[in-house]
Amino acid sequence: MSDTAAQTRHIPDRLNSRAFRILRSWETLLLGVAIAIFVINTFTSPYFLNAWNLSDATFNFTEKAMIAFAMALLIISGEIDLSVASIIALASTAMGLAVQYGAGTPELVLIGLGVGLLCGAFNAVFVTILGLPSIVVTIGTMSLFRGISYIILGDNAFRGYPDSFAWFGQGYLYWVFTVEMLFFVVIAIFYGVLLHKTNFGRAVYAIGNNPTAALFSGIRVQRVKFILFLLTGLMSGVAAICLTSRLGSTRPSIATGMELEVVTMVVLGGINILGGSGSIPGVVIAAFVMGLVTFGLGLLNVPGIVMSIFIGLLLIGVIALPRLWSMFTARRAS
Amino acid sequence: MSVFTKLLATAAVAGAMFASPALAQDNVRVALVVKALGIGFFEAAAKGAEEAAAELGNVEVIYTGPTDTTAEGQIEVINALIAQKVDAIAISANDTDALVPALKRAMQRGITVISWDSGVAPEGRQLHLNPSSNPLIGNMIIKLAADHLPDGGQVALLSATTTSTNQNIWMEEMNKVMGNYPGVEVVATVYGDDLADKSYREATGLMQSYPDLDAIIAPTSVGIVAAAQAVVDAGKVGQVNVTGLGLPSEMAGAIESGASQSFAIWNPIDLGYSATMLAYELSQNGIEAAPGAEIPMGRMGTLTLDEKNEGAMADPFVYDSSNIDAFKSIF
Repeated sequence: MSDTAAQTRHIPDRLNSRAFRILRSWETLLLGVAIAIFVINTFTSPYFLNAWNLSDATFNFTEKAMIAFAMALLIISGEIDLSVASIIALASTAMGLAVQYGAGTPELVLIGLGVGLLCGAFNAVFVTILGLPSIVVTIGTMSLFRGISYIILGDNAFRGYPDSFAWFGQGYLYWVFTVEMLFFVVIAIFYGVLLHKTNFGRAVYAIGNNPTAALFSGIRVQRVKFILFLLTGLMSGVAAICLTSRLGSTRPSIATGMELEVVTMVVLGGINILGGSGSIPGVVIAAFVMGLVTFGLGLLNVPGIVMSIFIGLLLIGVIALPRLWSMFTARRAS
Repeated sequence: MSVFTKLLATAAVAGAMFASPALAQDNVRVALVVKALGIGFFEAAAKGAEEAAAELGNVEVIYTGPTDTTAEGQIEVINALIAQKVDAIAISANDTDALVPALKRAMQRGITVISWDSGVAPEGRQLHLNPSSNPLIGNMIIKLAADHLPDGGQVALLSATTTSTNQNIWMEEMNKVMGNYPGVEVVATVYGDDLADKSYREATGLMQSYPDLDAIIAPTSVGIVAAAQAVVDAGKVGQVNVTGLGLPSEMAGAIESGASQSFAIWNPIDLGYSATMLAYELSQNGIEAAPGAEIPMGRMGTLTLDEKNEGAMADPFVYDSSNIDAFKSIF
């Protein structure tokens, strides 16, 4: 005969409090990692805590982050775009070509954005209208867009960008605050609002969780995806303008391999690679984490190969930690 | 062990990993920035840089570079070096133009910047160190053949394409110094288009057309390997000497078989050594890099700058059976 008290089950009268949820969230964990890296860097290198050095370090991630915000929405919706770095190459080549015909800074900006949009639309047509898988389509266009740059440029480089064009990638607004930082902040706020405060953002989550259910709920799934590809292309165009301005020249090898760093940043930011969940603040923190890690290791002259290993371990570690934590708490509870 | 202590242990290990390099502030820090890490040629250059540092005594060499050969990667490296306030940067550039803004900034902050091997546009560096020069190469390729022909003889040229700029300049320079090698006669010039099979056929044809041929000079890394193979296949090892410009890794077999007595190409160790010496001279001894300047570089002599602030290090380095084993694994 068992005691009746032992048979009563504890039923919570409310869900976890808001404060507790924030404390347990991915973003909090990531913020902790960012702070830890900042502290470690401060102690290991006497050069780290210097306003100008930190300002220089932001260039390690600002351009990638601009694309990562748009990519985050795309990945939440269950799609991906691996052609972003090649879009940069093509947009930069187009701008370089225009310079040869005497284009000024405003025209260059329009061309950069225009080529980005066109490339995004190209991807979008194949994915949303022909219904092909985005990973296949964009692996194809990754070679295609960069291939066109190689055909146009070959072994040569475009240079001679107007002096005023240098403002985007080399300009400073005030003291150590760069123009690219302004872009980073404005774009982050734009995507934060778009994803978390609008109907469009809710539609993106819905599509990522269950596209069929989203369709039957009256969401125009293909149109939303089309817009997301356009936005990713447009952001690649913005990144192309900044990067080209910073380098002051264009070669077809520009931004090689950047697509993987962008995707890494997105995943590190807590966006589910299978779609359906994630947040923009997470991506913002992830951008800082990656920038701080690469700059900190660079200050210690750690070879680039070790740096890649470190980023890889960080990615796996940060993703594995919450999983380990839940396994641990589940075991303790039982 | 609780999760907390596990985390603490991990953090401690990570901390220990970071804390290891002691900072020696009194040393002159010269950064040798390469196109990408893990390339034998640049690892050898780093060895040369260490040799220069040992000779100078108070120099610390920072050997660094990106993972892949991109300009963006090198800019991140340069930014980190600027932040550390290194004394000098010696760079083999992935892009002539894209590095200029970053390197200009380095110079504005008082860092000496030179390029070596693969150059940067003049506004982005103080001087550029070429491994060799066209006249030196032109002289070297005929000298390599003539050294083994004390009584003179017939030589033929196997070049790349008729429009290959480098090869044409080198052959032109070679013709200028032919007077110094009496008895050596160039009987033919053929073109293998830098294709292995065509070069092989052209070399075979040369041996058939000129039965008394003593040497084939191939100032191209593709042609020289193909010509050596053709000589082996024709059973003319010992009669026809293949020489010119080639890579030790590809030519080791030809040296071993005797099809080639010797050949030449730049020596990466000397290049890294000279770059470090030059960077040190500019940053520490107040030497101005200006057209006409003569800058000492230790055991490699002096570097004379031309009107574009470029200079040639030395004759191409000669590889033969005595040193091929040491270099064939490098590049």
